[in-house]
Amino acid sequence: MALDPTSIAGKEYAWEAHVPLVVVGAGPAGIAAALEAAGLGMQVMLVDEHPVASALMGIDVPWMFGERMGAAVQNQGRMIERVVAARPELQAAFEAGVDVRLGVYAWSAFVEGPTSRALPGPVLGLADETRAWFVRFDRMIVAAGGRDLGLAFPGWDRPGVMGARGFAAAVGLYGAFSGRRIVVLGGGAAGAEVVRAARAAGVEVAGIVDVGVVEGMADVPVYAGYRVSGVEGAEVEAVRIARGDGSGALRIACDTVVLAVDVVPVVEMFDLLGCALRFDGTRGGWVPVLDREGRCSQAGVSGPGVSGPGVSGPGVYAAGDCAGVSDAALADPGLAAAAGRKAARAAARDAGLVAPEVEVGPAEMAPAAMEPDRDLWRRAWLGAHMGAPDLPICRCEEVSLADIAGVRPPRYLDYDAAKFADRDVRTLAAEGPLNQDQIKRLTRAGMGACQGRRCREQVQAILAMSGNQATGSVPMPSHRAPLRPLPLSVLAAFEESDAVKDNWTAWFGIAAQWTPHWEKVPDGLRYETRWKPGVEE
Amino acid sequence: MTHVVIIGGGATGLSAAFWLRREGVAVTVVEKGIVGWEASGRNGGGATHAVSPLFAEEQRLWPLMDELLGYPTEYQRQRVRIGLSRAQLDLILEGVAIARRQGFIAHELDNRALRELVPFVSERAAGGVLLEYGGHANPQRTLQAYAWAVQDSGGVIQQHTAVGGFETAGGRITAVRTDQGLIGCDVVVLAAGPHTAQLAAKLGIRVPVAAARAEMVVTEPLALIRFGGADGNGVYGRQTLRGNLAYGGGAHEWIDLPDATTPRPVNSPVMQSVAKRVHELFPRVAHARVIRSWAGVVENTPDGRPILDRLSGPDNLVVASMSSVGFGLSPASGRAVAQLATIGRCDFADLSQLRLSRFDGLAADWQHQMGWVPWVHPKEAAA
Repeated sequence: MALDPTSIAGKEYAWEAHVPLVVVGAGPAGIAAALEAAGLGMQVMLVDEHPVASALMGIDVPWMFGERMGAAVQNQGRMIERVVAARPELQAAFEAGVDVRLGVYAWSAFVEGPTSRALPGPVLGLADETRAWFVRFDRMIVAAGGRDLGLAFPGWDRPGVMGARGFAAAVGLYGAFSGRRIVVLGGGAAGAEVVRAARAAGVEVAGIVDVGVVEGMADVPVYAGYRVSGVEGAEVEAVRIARGDGSGALRIACDTVVLAVDVVPVVEMFDLLGCALRFDGTRGGWVPVLDREGRCSQAGVSGPGVSGPGVSGPGVYAAGDCAGVSDAALADPGLAAAAGRKAARAAARDAGLVAPEVEVGPAEMAPAAMEPDRDLWRRAWLGAHMGAPDLPICRCEEVSLADIAGVRPPRYLDYDAAKFADRDVRTLAAEGPLNQDQIKRLTRAGMGACQGRRCREQVQAILAMSGNQATGSVPMPSHRAPLRPLPLSVLAAFEESDAVKDNWTAWFGIAAQWTPHWEKVPDGLRYETRWKPGVEE
Repeated sequence: MTHVVIIGGGATGLSAAFWLRREGVAVTVVEKGIVGWEASGRNGGGATHAVSPLFAEEQRLWPLMDELLGYPTEYQRQRVRIGLSRAQLDLILEGVAIARRQGFIAHELDNRALRELVPFVSERAAGGVLLEYGGHANPQRTLQAYAWAVQDSGGVIQQHTAVGGFETAGGRITAVRTDQGLIGCDVVVLAAGPHTAQLAAKLGIRVPVAAARAEMVVTEPLALIRFGGADGNGVYGRQTLRGNLAYGGGAHEWIDLPDATTPRPVNSPVMQSVAKRVHELFPRVAHARVIRSWAGVVENTPDGRPILDRLSGPDNLVVASMSSVGFGLSPASGRAVAQLATIGRCDFADLSQLRLSRFDGLAADWQHQMGWVPWVHPKEAAA
């Protein structure tokens, strides 16, 4: 059999290490997982993106930083010291021989599947601020944590509006919060976490606002049953609130608004790895399908860490908030650590090592019926703020609520508005099940630089509410590499093999495809491989 | 009244439906998923195919499409081809010669003139060519425009409908069998991309196409350059009207399509090579952040040229595969397919090279012989 020289056949991408276990995320779950696995005899690489580039913070990646990070975050060396100081368990990981990589983005994972057979095995894409590289891995514990739930209100696109996780990082991990007086939006566990962190950092809390109830909070002004009617100032100077019927209007002076209705599991890596995901409102949205020991379910491969003829898939395990959020876990990081240890034991056992039996913690024993349906909080929040059709939903691409509802083209285009008079989300729904990726194609909602981090959940809920259907019945929009927006210069900084360079073609390179139609198809298959890259030396 | 059933809601099928409706022909488009979901909505958006017999019609129609369809396609005229080296520039000029021979105009650009048009390139680039022909459009928006235009003109699009087979009688297809029931037909157009082979096989017809995955990357938006359709250095693509740089190229991966579904096309490390070449092409915007990548599945015939043919048995079947180069040519290919469906021939282009019968003598294991089959990495364990 001939090989197609312009195909992927035989084209290697070099890897810098081959690790038996990689742990993505060095929060409580990831550090505990790495320590446990190392203690059980596994060679472990622990990767964490913090400190992230200040440029990423500027576009609210990975969290909503709301332009409330001080200038100190531009000093990466100093920020690494702060991250290590804020996570003292990292010291134990260093001492246990864990290969700890801070300030490193896990930007992709490539695994074999029906459209990808040419890999030597599972490959993880890593990058820092200057270059990108690959490592191979056998098993991965994903401990990617949670991210901020974006929920629109008038003025939520102003500098000074940040998220719960962004605030926690600003006052804790980075010690770089530039505000002084905050208003917290969200009366549940995520809001309570913000209040605790604010107090510990000496930040004044001017009030807690929620469209529903606010759980008991001493010494803080509470505004239950209120919505946000506006934000004052080009940057936040005050927030205006009112009851649902417009009564009780109030102005609360503050320099920062912390949106803390909830936290969302970060499931992007599971999606790239081909792990099954399901929607569970009690766990904060899309979560990986897990067995009781924290193993993910992979459709593309034959099982955890199993090699078969021509296919070898990684074992993938989930621990912490990325596996699903809960009020108990928001209040007690110890639960995430326990989940991390559990996943590490499962990984070790799958690798053929001896590991203690897994204990199932009380949080995981709680029946789902006892957990609040967090999906209802989103719907309630959106329902209370949807009176304004020009409410910005996708901030990167400036897509409003009305744009989504009307499936309108983006604003940079001229189009015949009359053509859209009879088209909206409902007419689209009549033609087939609503799909968030289709809405993205039509309106650009979720297509911007923050990669949908601030609008995914809102768009899903808006579609579900418009179609009068369950939130989870709107399919999850896809996640794609790079999971963090990386500069061209960083992705370009790697050595390509000669096989890639010498056989590069823009398109298949089938010679007859690019000869004029009036010329006969040449005898025999020929390829065009004269496209050598770059300028002449 | 004639009823044409088109299998496949991609660029070729939807365009054919649009042109058929202009002639008042009853049309039903059957699509297994959502219109434009596969390769038709995932490509570079190029509309510059001088090697094709449909080139002149492609060039004539694109500037009219927004008005004809009634919805924006984001079509932009002209392109700039960039040669970083003299060798690259010579390859570009080879392609330009093919268009010039057909009466189209292009201007060669020295480095300075090139950088005036495309400030992203460096002063080390050898030069470029400004094409007074060709262009680019937004594939996703164009596909939806086709679909809405078909609906607006009374055509039927049945999404989420899978074709299971055909009813035949007297050497003709009488109905298309779907999971939503039988659809009676006078003519069938098979425009199902990589799935065309499986569907034709249900009629005992061999349409030799092999499926492959190809991938692209896209950056955050940048300030708009004058001609967004600027590419070179072995990557194809464009700056979108929003400002993103969307480019693809490099190694494709041949894949199996074991059933009627299209598996999720994932990305591979090749995406990093694409980013590397975009970076070489546009070093002045090295800071631009790649925000996403994607992949799509296309099909290729053994000679890489389309199949646009009305068969003789069954004599009411039109086979339409554009062999991985379908989007840009779609205004013209759809019109050609519509004519094949109604009058049995194309009156504006010579399609004689694109008949299915040219593959009659092809070996049964042609894909294997050519290496157009999945390549599985020999793992260390096997080595």
